[in-house]
Amino acid sequence: MATALQSTPAAPELTRKDFVPPNEVRWCPGCGDYAILNSLQRTFPELGVPRENFAIISGIGCSSRFPFYMNTYGFHTIHGRAPSVATGVKVANPELSVWIITGDGDGLSIGGNHLLHLLRRNLDVTVLLFNNRIYGLTKGQYSPTSPIGTRTKTSPTGSLENPLNPVLFALGAEATFVARTVDNNPKHMVETFKAAHEHKGVSFVEIFQNCVIFNDSTWESVYGKESRDEQMLFLEVGKPLLFGKDKAKGIRLNGLTPEVVDAAAAAPGEILIHQPAQASPLYAHLLATMGQPDFPTPMGVIRKVEKPTYDALVHEQIDQAHAKRGTGTWQELLHGDSTWTVK
Amino acid sequence: MSDSTPGFREMKSVVVRFAGDSGDGMQIVGERFTDTSVTVPNSIATFPDFPAEIRAPVGTIGGVSAFQVHFGSNKVLTPGDEPDALVAMNPAALAVHLSDLAKGGLLVVNSAAFTADNLKMAGFASNPLDDPSLAANYKLVALDITGLALESLKDTTLTNREKLRCKNFFALGFMYWIYTRPIEPTIEYINTKWAKKMPDLADANIRVLKAGYYLGETSELTRNRYSVARADVAPGIYRKISGNEATALGLIAASQRAGRELLFSGYPITPATAIIEALAGYRHFGVITVQAEDEIAAIGVAIGASYAGKLGATATSGPGMCLKAEFIGLAITTELPLVIVNVQRGGPSTGLPTKTEQSDLFQALYGRHGESPLPVLAANSPSDCFSAAFEAARIAIAYSTPVILLTDGYLANGSEPWNVPDESTLPDISRPFADETKPYVAFARNPETLARTQAIPGQPGLEHRIGGIEKNENGAISYDPENHSIMTGLRAAKVAGIAKSLPPLEVLGAHTGKVLVIGWGGTHGAITSAVAALRAEGFEVSSTNLRYLNPLPSDLGPLIQGFDHVLVPELNNGQLNQILRATYLVEAVSMTKIMGRPFKVSEIREHILELLND
Repeated sequence: MATALQSTPAAPELTRKDFVPPNEVRWCPGCGDYAILNSLQRTFPELGVPRENFAIISGIGCSSRFPFYMNTYGFHTIHGRAPSVATGVKVANPELSVWIITGDGDGLSIGGNHLLHLLRRNLDVTVLLFNNRIYGLTKGQYSPTSPIGTRTKTSPTGSLENPLNPVLFALGAEATFVARTVDNNPKHMVETFKAAHEHKGVSFVEIFQNCVIFNDSTWESVYGKESRDEQMLFLEVGKPLLFGKDKAKGIRLNGLTPEVVDAAAAAPGEILIHQPAQASPLYAHLLATMGQPDFPTPMGVIRKVEKPTYDALVHEQIDQAHAKRGTGTWQELLHGDSTWTVK
Repeated sequence: MSDSTPGFREMKSVVVRFAGDSGDGMQIVGERFTDTSVTVPNSIATFPDFPAEIRAPVGTIGGVSAFQVHFGSNKVLTPGDEPDALVAMNPAALAVHLSDLAKGGLLVVNSAAFTADNLKMAGFASNPLDDPSLAANYKLVALDITGLALESLKDTTLTNREKLRCKNFFALGFMYWIYTRPIEPTIEYINTKWAKKMPDLADANIRVLKAGYYLGETSELTRNRYSVARADVAPGIYRKISGNEATALGLIAASQRAGRELLFSGYPITPATAIIEALAGYRHFGVITVQAEDEIAAIGVAIGASYAGKLGATATSGPGMCLKAEFIGLAITTELPLVIVNVQRGGPSTGLPTKTEQSDLFQALYGRHGESPLPVLAANSPSDCFSAAFEAARIAIAYSTPVILLTDGYLANGSEPWNVPDESTLPDISRPFADETKPYVAFARNPETLARTQAIPGQPGLEHRIGGIEKNENGAISYDPENHSIMTGLRAAKVAGIAKSLPPLEVLGAHTGKVLVIGWGGTHGAITSAVAALRAEGFEVSSTNLRYLNPLPSDLGPLIQGFDHVLVPELNNGQLNQILRATYLVEAVSMTKIMGRPFKVSEIREHILELLND
């Protein structure tokens, strides 16, 4: 690295306050984004990264205002294109901890192509996708994750499109880290964000987020007080897939199909054990397809596998070129392979 | 070679065009002829002309590929108006190119390819070689090139197919004999290129090359041989370079002089692709290339790299520029340095991907929403792309702004000898990032240049946010009406102020007179050739080529004042002309051509003469 940006070794301990900028936050009162912001401000001081090495890159949408509310380097770019800018930042300086903030419209509709390629390249960055199943900043139109039949100003008689499952999308691109969390559980968010940061490679986190104005209570049936025990399955590495009150229910396989069983009545070893590091994406896909109405929605780290990262490979090639050919000279640059002299 | 060889017709300059099927190896032959001629040395310019289809059906009109080379003892600035000699390897090549051949010009055809099938595909009702008018109008040399090539390889073990692939070198050998060029450089080239891996094929190509050359010597097919004396070329070290290669080298040189590694991101598009291909070979210069998923991502990656402190750059062609427009706006408002190269091609839409045009000037200047001025530069010859790319990077860094560099398909693919600069002539264009010991104001400006200073991620204590929303000097979001007016004005004043740093216009001829020809970009060679010739004949005409399209140089207005007429030749429908008329209220005359081809010198000459006689 010619830019040689070394972090100060004896940096003082950071606290949440160090990440709170002076400008006021302008989301609607009650927006789920506040809880996510709070959780990230709590996560960052615990990551051991000097503050100046964080770069938060966003696109356009309510969630994409995020960089302005974090006292780090931040770049609010254009709609859907944050992954490309983040790619340039991370490849330019792999020392940085790069976070992409996006939403269901920004990341999966206008920016779907960029997100796909970011994930398949395995760039060592973290993507937080705030999924509220609505376009909020433009005042309420159906999004690519809205369920069929969603009534909005552009779909007064109900939307017709099959919604995209963000986790399945990420797995389709063979993302090496895929997780899901919810905006009403700060503890789980902080845990998930930390795990995402620790993963070497691309980390994709879907956050169920509430839009209090245009799609209020969209996730209530999943994470509301009444439903949360039955409707969410919190994943833990090496532990069986159990959920429900007192963890009385479990998931087992019937052929290639999961089914819900009474945990107590299940045969020993029958309940699936959570193994996010499986190289085969089959298990992760199985988890991704689980959800309402027949299954609880899995929460936590769904997949975590190790693969070389794009940014490291790019710099490895640069280093190899230097090792093999030395550092380029002016003579070599300007003269090329063949010259002739006119006297 | 001596200046005048006895027994040869001495020519000041010659234009040779090789034409054949896409699979006939015409580009290779043209390149070899060029490389041989530069070492004479002759002054030289080339123009490859190939179809957009990689392999159109063999023998069809759509599959014809050509390479034109213009070499001379005088100053050669264009690939030449009309060929003095045409090599047509099949009927389709003859059908496409014969009308360009000068009356009485040398016409070498491969008679073996004039079969009933090939004639039909080329649209000939009868064999044109049987038509006596062909031999009457041109110096026709019909050779069984296929048969002669096969004959010279009869005792080799190559397959028939392999033997047939050597026939282009027969044509090359024959043309070397006609124009008294040495064959040794080509033999050397074949040996270094193929002798190790494919010794049989190397040997075969050398044999066929010699067979072509000796055919000229031993037969009496034509008595006409020509010699072109060595050109009076400035002393120095030369290399042959194409526009795209020169652009790539200019960007690397700029990154070295700026002390910022180059991070280039592109998406494959004709005719710009060769730039990222070239750059990918310079990793040991710290050059990072990212092949992005699309045109939009390519500029996004470059912007991200600039934001993180590298020299970010991207290159594309017209349709790609359309896709990049929104990101260019972001780079303008966040005031990040960035070089965007547009290798212009025929448009709109897919248009003519492999043909040249200058029709993206308005797009470069205005193709974004909002008040979004940026500097626009143009390169004027293949080797000039080096200086132009370097200058684009200088402005981008000095003024913290995206810069558009316009080249075109003609410059990008054309090549010419380049008097390699000494690196000590390349200025230091570095600019420090923000001072970590002082409070950082993201949009505080240098009083001279109005450029802001970048703080880059990793710099402690300078954490800040930037983005596309209007901001105030501190970088904080601001919807304040007064502030928007001020910021818009500052961004515009910054770009306009670049004019103060520009060198005086280079003018060919006097600064006053009857006609001033104003060109930009790749028309430089044709305009200069026409104007120089007319001046030598005593006409009061001058010309200038605009490197800077925005801001326009401050001495252009006064220059225009000194002439009765202003002629603006462009390969578009009069875009620069409209700008000049609007800016200087001058009755400039537009001269346009939208045919996917460059101007001929004669076309410009005629137009100037019309104005002179006015």
